[in-house]
Amino acid sequence: MPQDPMERRVVVTGPPRRTRRASGYYRPRTEIDEQTTLGHTYVRSLMRTQLRAGLTVFAVLVLLVGPLPLVFAAAPDAGLEWAVLGFGLYPPLVLLARWYVRRAERNERDFVRLVEDR
Amino acid sequence: MNSAYAVTAVALVALATVLVGAFGLRISRTTSDFYVASRTVGPRLNAAAISGEYLSAASFLGIAGLVLVQGPDMLWYPVGYTAGYLVLLLFVAAPLRRSGAYTLPDFAEARLASHAVRRLAGGLVVGVGWLYLLPQLQGAGLTLTVLTGAPDWLGGVIVAVVVTVIVAAGGMRSITFVQAFQYWLKLTALLVPALFLVLAWQSDGAPSHAFDEPAAFREQRVVRVDDTVDLRLAEPLTVTVDGTVDGRAHDGTDVSLPAGTHRIDGGTRLTFAEGTAVPSAGRGADDALSPSRAESREERPLYATYGLILATFFGTMGLPHVVVRFYTSPHGVAARRTTVAVLGLIGAWYLLPPVYGALGRLYAPDLTLTGHADAAVLLLPGRMIGGTGGDLLGALVAGGAFAAFLSTASGLTMAVAGVLTQDVLPSRGVRHFRLGTVFAMAVPLAASVLVGGLPVADAVGLAFAVSASSFCPLLVLGIWWRRLTPPGAAAGMLVGGGSAFLAVAATMAGYPGAGPWHALLAWPALWSVPLGFLTMILVSLATPGRVPPGTAAVLARFHLPEELRTEVSA
Repeated sequence: MPQDPMERRVVVTGPPRRTRRASGYYRPRTEIDEQTTLGHTYVRSLMRTQLRAGLTVFAVLVLLVGPLPLVFAAAPDAGLEWAVLGFGLYPPLVLLARWYVRRAERNERDFVRLVEDR
Repeated sequence: MNSAYAVTAVALVALATVLVGAFGLRISRTTSDFYVASRTVGPRLNAAAISGEYLSAASFLGIAGLVLVQGPDMLWYPVGYTAGYLVLLLFVAAPLRRSGAYTLPDFAEARLASHAVRRLAGGLVVGVGWLYLLPQLQGAGLTLTVLTGAPDWLGGVIVAVVVTVIVAAGGMRSITFVQAFQYWLKLTALLVPALFLVLAWQSDGAPSHAFDEPAAFREQRVVRVDDTVDLRLAEPLTVTVDGTVDGRAHDGTDVSLPAGTHRIDGGTRLTFAEGTAVPSAGRGADDALSPSRAESREERPLYATYGLILATFFGTMGLPHVVVRFYTSPHGVAARRTTVAVLGLIGAWYLLPPVYGALGRLYAPDLTLTGHADAAVLLLPGRMIGGTGGDLLGALVAGGAFAAFLSTASGLTMAVAGVLTQDVLPSRGVRHFRLGTVFAMAVPLAASVLVGGLPVADAVGLAFAVSASSFCPLLVLGIWWRRLTPPGAAAGMLVGGGSAFLAVAATMAGYPGAGPWHALLAWPALWSVPLGFLTMILVSLATPGRVPPGTAAVLARFHLPEELRTEVSA
């Protein structure tokens, strides 16, 4: 639809924006592609957030599972041990996994938005 | 049990496996199809395939048998097998897929640009794969022996032949369908009989002393001890003996045995009175699938439980057949979602073996003495329900057990054959892959036939311990630490994996006997995993000049979302 005013506006405003971006200091995509020091800093920051997400969930897992053998040894209630190990631990494992995946995917989306300068 | 039904079920499973494989073969056209199913397997199919592959003989028969013999402590095995996938998801899944490598050696080479590290990783993959294949073949032999009285080696040979044919013919594409099919088959084969067994248990008045320690005989029962066994008695026991105990022959007389260890010769019949606590059997009982027959409940310290947790939590990510499957995901995000689905599927499945273990303690406690505790899952339908119904349910379970051997064995063969083809055999074509497949299966088959009666039982636990102390540090540090160097990686894998291997080998040879040293060596993960990590880190820090030049770019590829990367290459 060439008669659409929106369409015309895009054509007019396009070129200036492009020149402004090319001449700016700040173009994360290119920095990453060309493997400059700044680009590495971006990748590092992504790795740090992802590692933090992983370690957080891992810490929860350790706190959840770690004390259990001690508890079972201290209070030898066979019924409790059957219930926890036979059924109780699986739902938290799946929930932790889902929570982590959601957070990791959000981290990646945020990162893409950052470097694409959207 | 009527063996005709069981044989039919096993034959049907083998046939269905070949047919599903042939279906996959029709769409397996290119070399890429062959190795990685052209990387187009969606999360659902792939998750079912990974779960189908992962639920092995040790899971299907071994867990129930272990719970039957050693009580609820053994439920840590299924928990660890499941939680291993959570740890894999947190630190490895997406970057591993994005690394674009196909096997662990590929990963090592892509990350560290070193042929030496690649070869070392390849050797470890083949070793761990063979260690894990051995109990699958032996389990198949045990199943067929229990069901039909066939010779020990026959089941292993059947599994080996079927697996070699499927893998060599269809590669990864057809294996994916086979594995996914077998997950649902295994679920059905445990779930349906479990429902009937629970109903039978309810109509029996729902006796609840299954959770008591130790298990007790519900009625007077005659137990025939097939293989010579050492009985450990915590309390004095009165039992009617027809055979030889402690070197003295008895002929149907009541014998009072004081607390302590007593040797029961093979062929002896023991008659236990109602309510007698089931004594625990020590070394000598042939529980072929038990990952840890080196110890019994009494000498199982807290330390061993933590060792088991550490080995299974960190060992899963390095199992060769698990790792290969991640490369069939289309991208990193799919690899993550696949892992979550896997957690759900295997978590749901692992709710079932404890049911069999608990019912086994009620209805088949004598299996601890006959040396066929692993057969509890197979024998319970016949014991509790009986008749044609029991036979049919037993046949269903037998079919499921064979599906377990077939699927795990085919995944392992696929992984080992992949390494052999790429790193050992000269050229990389589909024809050589087929040669590699035959070789990958021939070695463990020969070993299982040759060492038949020897204690290879710890092979599964050993595979996990070695993997946790060698591949886990390689993967985690390789993905998250930019200062890892080839010498560091090699030293870490050698020291961590090597020490774990030696420790368990020494235990299996019966070296330290008993006491704290025994547990330390039988469950090496607690010290060998930190040792592997520490060696890798220290040696890497000591060789800072050897950090591969492309490290930053490689790590960027591991961690950047695909949408950024595809535009980079365009």
